[in-house]
Amino acid sequence: MNLVLNEEETILKRGAHEYFGERLPVAALRRLRDEHDADGFERAAWAEMADMGWAGVLLPEAYGGAGFGYRGLGQILEEAGRTLAASPLVATVLSAAPLVLAAGSEAQREAILPAVAAGECLLALAIDEGARHAPDRIATTVTAVDGGLRIDGTKRFVLDGHVADHFVVVARSHGAVDATDGITLLLVPAASAGVRVTRTAMVDSRNAARVEFAGVNVGADAVLGTIGEGYPALERALDGARAGLAAEMLGSGLEAFERTVAYLKLREQFGQKIGAFQALKHRAALMYCEIELTRSAVLAALDALDADSAEAPALASLAKAQACEMLELVSNEAVQMHGGIGMTDAEEIGFFLKRARVAQQTFGDAAYHRDRYARLAGF
Amino acid sequence: MQALEEFRAEARAWLEENCPPAMRTPLPDEERVWGGRKATFKNPDSKLWLERVAARGWTVPTWPVEYGGAGLDADQAQVLREEMARLKCRQPLASFGIWMLGPVLLKYGSEAQKREHLPKIARGEIRWCQGYSEPGAGSDLASLKTRCEDQGDHYLINGQKIWTSYANYADWIFCLVRTDTSTKHNGISFILFDMASAGVETRPITLISGASVFCETFFTDVRVPKDNLVGGLNQGWTIAKELLQHERGMIAEIGRTIGGTVPPVDVVAQHYLAEEDGRIAEPALRDAVARHVMKDRAFGLTIRRAAQESETGTASGGLSSMFKYYGTEQNKAKFELIMKCAGHNALGWAGEGFSDQEIEICRTWLRSKGNSIEGGTSEVQLNVIAKRVLGLPD
Repeated sequence: MNLVLNEEETILKRGAHEYFGERLPVAALRRLRDEHDADGFERAAWAEMADMGWAGVLLPEAYGGAGFGYRGLGQILEEAGRTLAASPLVATVLSAAPLVLAAGSEAQREAILPAVAAGECLLALAIDEGARHAPDRIATTVTAVDGGLRIDGTKRFVLDGHVADHFVVVARSHGAVDATDGITLLLVPAASAGVRVTRTAMVDSRNAARVEFAGVNVGADAVLGTIGEGYPALERALDGARAGLAAEMLGSGLEAFERTVAYLKLREQFGQKIGAFQALKHRAALMYCEIELTRSAVLAALDALDADSAEAPALASLAKAQACEMLELVSNEAVQMHGGIGMTDAEEIGFFLKRARVAQQTFGDAAYHRDRYARLAGF
Repeated sequence: MQALEEFRAEARAWLEENCPPAMRTPLPDEERVWGGRKATFKNPDSKLWLERVAARGWTVPTWPVEYGGAGLDADQAQVLREEMARLKCRQPLASFGIWMLGPVLLKYGSEAQKREHLPKIARGEIRWCQGYSEPGAGSDLASLKTRCEDQGDHYLINGQKIWTSYANYADWIFCLVRTDTSTKHNGISFILFDMASAGVETRPITLISGASVFCETFFTDVRVPKDNLVGGLNQGWTIAKELLQHERGMIAEIGRTIGGTVPPVDVVAQHYLAEEDGRIAEPALRDAVARHVMKDRAFGLTIRRAAQESETGTASGGLSSMFKYYGTEQNKAKFELIMKCAGHNALGWAGEGFSDQEIEICRTWLRSKGNSIEGGTSEVQLNVIAKRVLGLPD
């Protein structure tokens, strides 16, 4: 297992650091929020990222991709996390496109993936239905009708739902609501009759939507893979999404931490820098430890995914759980240590707190992944 | 690269030929060899094994040949470790001389001191103990008061040390003494002397966990030759700090292997709490166990990453400063969690009604409390991270 970056990855990471820092700083997210931007991200910036190969970073060259794998995408996401950059990286590149690649037919891949790599096609994974991530609890149905299939159900927290061109919908063809057997993946154009999308304003100012599928008719060729047998591919793609999001969270945590440590060296009270107080020093040192553990877990998970290791599921859960715990700690401490100024909207540190909680819930929080890790370990 | 593989083949062949079969089994604590004038070899093969390894210079493979080592470079030493691990060879010698004193003596010792002490350490002939802490100088070690007075042709030492591990078995001591009372850090010297000297007395300390390896050590008018001072008068603090780095690394490592026969948390939890399918029945404990083993995994990955970073020259520095803190806190948490999972079964002190392992769990739980005190408290370690890694002000 390789836990250090190679030269290529280091260059990619450095490039991403410069790009996000200059082009999409936290101020860019603030602007999207304050201007009630219709897309919730900058299309011009996305075109630039696609030009740099980031939209296809996970995809093979045959589909116009760069073939950098999860390790490569993780470096970009970590840097995106530093500035809380809003882009289709998570919804399209990290979550949905890998499912089309893994489960789709050659025709489906050809139709979607080159356009994704070119930055011209946005996807959204429509999976969760309840308040918490539960990929094996699917009530949305897919039933056979004359000339094809019909989808009925409502999906919540669909990332980039209101800008997606296609949905990858997780539906059930048969079985109980909590059975993995019967889980079916479908590629559904957003323009299909019966699809109703309601954008939801989230606390982190990033994109999510409620998507209703009311008698949506699609052809049998909309199924990704085999009907009723979509769960294994879904799990693997979700593990990629968990590890990738953990990388983004690592970047957000690092940035919030570094800003906080800088503030401790700047702010004076009682005639001295507040960073000289041991009560704050120790808490800063604890955050440092949790961040370093997160980096190791994230690298291990990304590496295991690229190597298609049997350990990938456990390591993805480890990375996401550790990232969740770390970011909850760091985002809370960051606001506290910034004091009153940290409570103001004018100061950017609050954006990290808001993003943290959404990222924590996305693809399963720490409790979810502890339970999953224990199940995988047999206890 | 080819030379390294040749060395691997050579090392492998030698180990196959020379490591007695009995020395390829797990090492019980009572068979551990510490060497010294009063050395005991519970297993006769361990004496043979030590002699063979020492003759080859492999008890201290990276030390120069003239001081009892084999002059190996870091890569060769790593290959040797790998080959010993592959054959499951026991560590032939446990030694504070090797782990702590040797590295600083190599750097700060005079030629005569190196020639006198290092070969004996390498061969396990002299067993060393560490005279650092005093009753009034724990975390604030530099406030130590043990006096060392210049008597013209010798030094005279008076004072008391505490937490001197194995002082009652040691032949020599490396000791921090005060040679200037008008200043703090700059009035400390690093000195070596024979524990058989007149005026040295040791008393073992009983801990909350029972008998221990720690001693109180008293010095009353102990005469020490002036040549035994290492690195110059009042220059001891630099050596002391460097030696502590070696000690902390050693303790973090021991922290991970302490209570060697107590299984991991999830195994103990399953033993006491599992349903038929292996699932831990208590949801709150199951969650806590999962959290603990996941932190362990992430910590293990971090140690591995640090090693890879150092091998590839990409280390940013500072990472290892968290190991002593995190490793010992994890070990304490492990035993707290095991106590919860085992319930009443882990509350036995001695005798009937409890398995040996249950008694060991209880004793090791108590002993683990010292992990975050000895060799630099957790609080001091956090200060170190805050200052050296994060650059926070004093």
